[in-house]
Amino acid sequence: MTKLSSGQRGKRMVLALVLPVVFLIAWEVLGRFNLLVDGLIPTPTAVLQAWWVWIAGAGGLSLNPYSGTWAINLWYSLERVGQGYLLAIVLGVPLGVLIGWSRIAAQMVDPSIQWLRPIPITAWLPFSIALFGIKDFGAIFLIALGAFYPIVVNTTQGARDVDKNLVRAARMMGAGGGALLRRVILPAALPSVFTGLRIGLGIAWTAVIVAEMVAVKSGLGYVLWDAYYVGRMDVVIADMISIGLMGYLSDRLIVLIENRALTWRRLQSY
Amino acid sequence: MTTDAIQIAGVDKVYPGANPVTALQGIDLDIADGEFAALLGPSGCGKSTLLNLLAGFEATTAGDLKVYGAPVTRPGPDRAVVFQEAALFPWLNVWENVVFGPKVQGVPADQYETKARETLKLVGLENFSEHLPVQLSGGMRQRVGIARVLVMEPKLLLMDEPFGALDAQTRLTMQQLLLEVWQALKKTVVFVTHDIDEAILLADTIYVMSARPGRIATRIPVDLPRPRTLDTLTDAHFNEMKKRIMHEMRGH
Repeated sequence: MTKLSSGQRGKRMVLALVLPVVFLIAWEVLGRFNLLVDGLIPTPTAVLQAWWVWIAGAGGLSLNPYSGTWAINLWYSLERVGQGYLLAIVLGVPLGVLIGWSRIAAQMVDPSIQWLRPIPITAWLPFSIALFGIKDFGAIFLIALGAFYPIVVNTTQGARDVDKNLVRAARMMGAGGGALLRRVILPAALPSVFTGLRIGLGIAWTAVIVAEMVAVKSGLGYVLWDAYYVGRMDVVIADMISIGLMGYLSDRLIVLIENRALTWRRLQSY
Repeated sequence: MTTDAIQIAGVDKVYPGANPVTALQGIDLDIADGEFAALLGPSGCGKSTLLNLLAGFEATTAGDLKVYGAPVTRPGPDRAVVFQEAALFPWLNVWENVVFGPKVQGVPADQYETKARETLKLVGLENFSEHLPVQLSGGMRQRVGIARVLVMEPKLLLMDEPFGALDAQTRLTMQQLLLEVWQALKKTVVFVTHDIDEAILLADTIYVMSARPGRIATRIPVDLPRPRTLDTLTDAHFNEMKKRIMHEMRGH
């Protein structure tokens, strides 16, 4: 964690931007000369225009079904990810702490988790639709399930690796089961928990798009598939970038919380 | 010094497995109330194991082990432990580490806060309550390790090579501090060390242990007058004792 001078920082920024800028220019130029697969792929400027209409609306009477619906669809996806992810945390973290701490809990619960984990969340899709119908909870179920695995597995690992002397010290000072889990095992496992949270969040975004493409009639995933069907590749690409942006921003948010919660850890690595 | 703080009779500790390891064999030990006892011996002699049995971290294989008349079954605040690497909670600051014991025991804050402040002052850390362990030196961390157990006002203090990881200079400072603390509080202390100087400087009685299997080889009372200071280390009588103990240790 070395601090960079503003000069170094600027140089890094320029280097990082070289590839995207070259790529965008090439894309735009090729598009202008109709060299992009028979005009199937729109140019960056066309994508930006479509995105703008999707966000702000076309103005006047428009037959564009996507006109001005960006925010509401984004909100739907965000809400589902939020709910499913929260459910995964509420179930995954305490269960992980318990499995990591108690041998009996580990022997009872861990094998089941390991047997279920290889079933990809995409394979759960028909089951989820059959069970919950074309409703919100179908999507939330998939998101929660997908995010649950990395959260519980990483929390378990963290709880298992807690320094034995810290546990001894806590018990010596009179900490019983509950206090030990809450005040020692959980905080000691927190770095691993956050690893699980970040992986889980990525899976949550994957799950929401898949679920919305198939099982729900709204959200970024739904628009993605719908736009593809009616040949609106400009909207498809704008949608892809929107999803990526949301994934990136939500990950930054977790990192921000992590840095706050783990100040002690950051100082240690100096 | 009338009542016994610690009564150990015929205690064995065997670690089972394909090749069972006898860590301790036939340990008999009585430590009086208020006594400062040092367990001295080479690594592998089982001195830390004996301390872990007293702390209740591990169970005896055979024999009786009582602390203030009660058999030890599990760890508890009546038998405070100071660990070699301090074992502070890295996510808690100095103050939170020091009040951890009373807090988890459900003691109301107004009953321990004064005591905690006094104790921090006693170990010289009153200006560091907001610091995280990682921001402290090894010696300061160990001061916190001592403060957090003194706050619980334990009858018995178990110290497992608490200054073993410190540099020579800091070790002397910490020994001085412990002498002062002990002079003021007169707790029963069991102090594990492999440093002969440290054992003589601090203890009323030195129990020399030998290895494989771990046994208590000799009991040596230290008749140096108290209060002691670091000057005791250069005392003629100190050197005589040291010579005798080194002789004893070579003999086993």
